[in-house]
Amino acid sequence: MDALALLQIIESGLRLSVPLIFACLAGLWSEKSGIVDIGLEGKMLIAAFAAAVAAFLTGQAWIGVLAAVFASTLLGLLHGFASISQRGNQIISGVALNMLAAGLTALLGNVIFKQGGRSPPLDGAARLPELALGQSAMTILAISAVLLTALALARTRFGLRVRAAGENPAAVDNAGASLTRLRYGAVILAGILCGFAGATLSLGQAAGFLPMMTAGQGFVALAALIFAKWRAWPAFWTCLLFGLLDAVAIRLQGVSLPGIGAIPVQAIQALPYLFTIVLLAGFMGRAVPPRAAGQPYVKER
Amino acid sequence: MRALVLRLAFSAVASLASVGLAPAQTIKPAIVYDLGGKFDKSFNEGVYQGAEQFKKVTGIDYRDFEIQNDAQREQALRRFARDGFSPIVAVGFSQATALEKVAKEFPNTKFTLIDMVVNAPNVQSVVFKEQEGSYLVGLLAAMASKTGKVGFVGGMDIPLIRRFACSYVQGVKAANPAADVFQNMTGTTGAAWNDPVKGAELAKSQIDRGADVVYHAAGGTGIGVLRATADAGKLGIGVDSNQNGMHPGKVLTSMLKRVDVATLTSFSDAKDGKWKPGVLVLGLNEKGVDWALDEHNKALITPAMKAAADKAAAAIVSGTVKVHDYMSDGKCPL
Repeated sequence: MDALALLQIIESGLRLSVPLIFACLAGLWSEKSGIVDIGLEGKMLIAAFAAAVAAFLTGQAWIGVLAAVFASTLLGLLHGFASISQRGNQIISGVALNMLAAGLTALLGNVIFKQGGRSPPLDGAARLPELALGQSAMTILAISAVLLTALALARTRFGLRVRAAGENPAAVDNAGASLTRLRYGAVILAGILCGFAGATLSLGQAAGFLPMMTAGQGFVALAALIFAKWRAWPAFWTCLLFGLLDAVAIRLQGVSLPGIGAIPVQAIQALPYLFTIVLLAGFMGRAVPPRAAGQPYVKER
Repeated sequence: MRALVLRLAFSAVASLASVGLAPAQTIKPAIVYDLGGKFDKSFNEGVYQGAEQFKKVTGIDYRDFEIQNDAQREQALRRFARDGFSPIVAVGFSQATALEKVAKEFPNTKFTLIDMVVNAPNVQSVVFKEQEGSYLVGLLAAMASKTGKVGFVGGMDIPLIRRFACSYVQGVKAANPAADVFQNMTGTTGAAWNDPVKGAELAKSQIDRGADVVYHAAGGTGIGVLRATADAGKLGIGVDSNQNGMHPGKVLTSMLKRVDVATLTSFSDAKDGKWKPGVLVLGLNEKGVDWALDEHNKALITPAMKAAADKAAAAIVSGTVKVHDYMSDGKCPL
């Protein structure tokens, strides 16, 4: 394997990890504020759908991105309403969102385009252009999102309060900050980030929408979040690792290694998952979630 | 109870009426698509087009079902059979196990299975000699390639797709014995038929290694393969349906597998009372497989390439060129 091949694997890995990075950061914001977000998958899916529809109708990729952010934020607010205002079970609300998104996108897609839920292929300006090294603008946006998230959670008043909301909501409440507003803020941020993730999928990596095109990436992002122990930079490296493993699996296929010969396709494809389990089981130590995550806050009377 | 009696009486009258009034057999055809969906621009869509053509010619409507997971195959087939549909076209090799079971339960229903053989008195199995078509597009790929390197992206890793790959390699080597062929499979589950992102990544990896023509046999995944080759300014080769028009001038040709004809024939034979169970093997000779030449790829196919492909096709039909069938021995000698 020469330097060029290595560079190509890194390019491909970075490209594949971009939606994961966005989704993982979305989960980070939401859970730091104390709202468990199983619905990352659903938000990504609806964002991918909205992006494809808007980009197809207007022929402009950036309008697609805006539509994705809007749709995903709307779904996020629904989750927020159920779990913040109504103090519902956050897991159930998240699962419901995933189901809603899976069914709704396929149904609407079929009504609009009559192609079994698929959108027509996008061309030209309706797709995110490749800037350099096989990356679109979304890669830059993803890395800046990591930077900003890390900075905001460590240094800004909003970030610190969000963290407090997830660890000890009563303290935030006693200090006079509005817990509701903080958590809604975090949920909206998560919606925006999931919007970028979905738009990357349907406008960047693929050229159009397919039913269930997220294929479990929202859950992989959740796993990455736990893996990274709810911290921004580790989340970035974890997602990058997952993307790289995927890229390596693609490139290694059919290549015969010295001494071993050609590895069966199945073994190569199991590699990322195997690696994840080994890393999770052996090298990670304890991952402690934000203490109040998943518990609705009830003001003492 | 009264409603039941009424309904029974009504259905008896209705069936009498249909026997009495319609001299030509009226049929209720149905289709169960494979994973990948009706609009995969490839395998399933070919069946859809055949059915639509039947509808246009005869005015007889049909019902269809797109499965979302493997468990639905049997349910869908049984549901259609119970509701009196016949013939029922089951699309794809994966339907074989489910079909075998359901065909036994409904001995009076006619089933047509595409891409796999089930031996039952009420099942018609249609299989194609994909190796012959793949050989021809391999030949064309090698002649169109400037780098001497070509690629193949398969869908699910199964013997049927290995058959495409193996004979493609044979065709490539026939035109250029020194050519390199990169082969990749998308996955090992049904999801591999519907993963254009992965398809695009696989094609990109082959292009990075120098391939300038990439052939796919991957259903909906192939949409990504053709897009990646078109984006990179290289050539793709379509499969099953004619995919030349998806990226005009960027798709060298398409290996046609006439599932549309198979569907149309099954429906119209059933309508005319000519439908027969058994195994149909469609190759170049029967026009069951072919390569596509139309206004979209006219400029890409030079007269020399067309002549070579025609010559090879004639040689395959006459038997002077033997294309290896991977499924006959599970090996690829190349």
